[in-house]
Amino acid sequence: MTIRFNDETFRDDYTFHNSPEAVRRFPFPFDHDSYMYSVNIEPHRRGQAGSVFQHRFDVDEHYIAEMRDREITLKDDPLRCQSLPHMELAGWDFLELVMTCKAEDYPDLFSLTRDGDRWHWINRPLGIDQRFTFLDATTLPCGPMEYITRQTQGDHALLDQREGNLWMDAGMITSQADWSLDFDIGMNFFEWHAPVPKAAEMGVFQRALKFLLNLQQGAPVRRLNWTMTVNPRLDTSPENYHKWGPEKRTLTPETVGAKQYLRVELQTLWRLPRSNAVAFPIRCYLCALEDIVTVPKWGRRLHRVLRDLPEELATYKGFSVNRPMIVDYLSKFDDGAPTSPGIFPDP
Amino acid sequence: MTARLLRVAKITPLSPLVTRFRFECPEGGTLPLFSGGAHVVVEMPDGGLLRRNAYSLISDPMDGSGYEIAVRREDAGRGGSRFMHSRVAEGDTLRIGAPVNLFSLDLRARKHVLIAGGIGITPFLAQLRQLIRLQLPFELHYAARSRAEAAGLALLPDLPQVHAHISDEGNRMDLGAILAGQPLGTHVYTCGPEGLIDAVAETATRLGWPRGALHSEAFLSPPPGAAFQVRLARSGKTITVAPHQSLLEALEEAQVDAPWLCRGGACGQCETVVLSCKGRIEHHDHFLTDAEKASQTRIMPCVSRFQGEDLTLDR
Repeated sequence: MTIRFNDETFRDDYTFHNSPEAVRRFPFPFDHDSYMYSVNIEPHRRGQAGSVFQHRFDVDEHYIAEMRDREITLKDDPLRCQSLPHMELAGWDFLELVMTCKAEDYPDLFSLTRDGDRWHWINRPLGIDQRFTFLDATTLPCGPMEYITRQTQGDHALLDQREGNLWMDAGMITSQADWSLDFDIGMNFFEWHAPVPKAAEMGVFQRALKFLLNLQQGAPVRRLNWTMTVNPRLDTSPENYHKWGPEKRTLTPETVGAKQYLRVELQTLWRLPRSNAVAFPIRCYLCALEDIVTVPKWGRRLHRVLRDLPEELATYKGFSVNRPMIVDYLSKFDDGAPTSPGIFPDP
Repeated sequence: MTARLLRVAKITPLSPLVTRFRFECPEGGTLPLFSGGAHVVVEMPDGGLLRRNAYSLISDPMDGSGYEIAVRREDAGRGGSRFMHSRVAEGDTLRIGAPVNLFSLDLRARKHVLIAGGIGITPFLAQLRQLIRLQLPFELHYAARSRAEAAGLALLPDLPQVHAHISDEGNRMDLGAILAGQPLGTHVYTCGPEGLIDAVAETATRLGWPRGALHSEAFLSPPPGAAFQVRLARSGKTITVAPHQSLLEALEEAQVDAPWLCRGGACGQCETVVLSCKGRIEHHDHFLTDAEKASQTRIMPCVSRFQGEDLTLDR
């Protein structure tokens, strides 16, 4: 399989676009016509060919452009990438995981050759050819986590496990849904989830943490999360709210279909071998409403979900100001017909 | 629980009571690496019974060519260690679970002090390799009654940071001397009998160590006890737990599903809701809080037992 990589931007002129194939494989997050939090975790098994679940780390047409956007964000704000000193081993574990998965899953794009601790990594799309010594950070241009996450779509957090909790002790966070690594670094699972409404009283975090503490090597899990973003912007960080927050006010009934995006995170969780840390890649997919509604099932369902969503969730996800306009737009694509179970388009 | 079939590649007696078993992939190939302190669960088909015991991995965590464990024969135990000692031969295959670590190093530590009593040396054998490989400062103290019983001696590297304390040679371990004067940021790890763990905690507290710098693992196997009956509300069954059987094993025998990882009262995975309880739950786990234990509304079937008229579980 050869991927044609898009030449596109996630800021300024926003030339980001999805090909028709990318729309069909978009990970639509709703398997029912309504939404409430749940511990919607399932094994991260290989999914059907062509879907975003086919490979362990999905590489798609946006790969090169996303890595270029990450570079811009990092240049402006190096604190988007941080790793507390005790997390270097976890960084190596994660580098190994990504390199071995990508080399196995995309042999035409990536290759990894190992001779003991002497490794040779080739990343063809980004034109990288690197020889280095595993566990010797002086042989890489930067730390192992930064090195590999500059070449891997999605944000990535590395969570240390100790004292019966998980700690946000390292990460590369440049495409986040309004949270800050610099603020959260060093926090535990309950602390960094504190802003989420309703879920704590539902006991969601207690159950999720217990599950994650027992996450096993070789048995990664995944869940989908979602929010709404105006314009295809990856860097919706609190640090840059002054840049993207005001854009929420630029929507009109004429532009809402093109400028309002459903933002979906494919979150996966992996137990790392040497460090016993947990890797938490958060992969962001963007799809404009006008592209969503080309799949009739998704148009109907998204209308019903957003129309009936509790107000505090719309506020937390940051789109309550535009909800009436969005629901009005989507209502034109909902004829009231029943929808089929599951997230995938009807055949 | 992902388990794989491994071949017993080598059996080596380390002391009169302790034997080392090495497992490898039957077709060659490498096993997943792990972190020091991890354990695996070994499945032992013993007649009609499927025994599952957890053992710390003692081999090099960075070496995937095989897994090694050390098993101490417990003649008064429930039979798993006797099975390993008397029924397992080189060339046999056994199902071994994926490594799970409930006793990992805290890599924030400026220095690691490892304190082992008896067979409690096992998790440290792997942690030592990891500490040496990562070039982290450490010291290890290994207490045993006699040189003959100190099965770990042969497996310890000859390093100045490694200290053996053999009590019948008049060289008892002095916890006060070990814990006093350690640099700030040192973490201490204890594995061994409850008495040793308590003594380390007490000494460290007296010397002003922060609680977060103390780590311990008690090697807990399900204690035997009197037989008891349990009603299972969801599956509509009543089962009897035999004296040498754990409640979890009795559930498995009755084909009632309960998740598990450590089978030693630490991970919390098998936590089960108690619907009614007329009598007293004998809590043996390290997972539930004291308040939860006192409330008798939760039980950890891997290690805990019951005495009384009625125990009904949500299983």
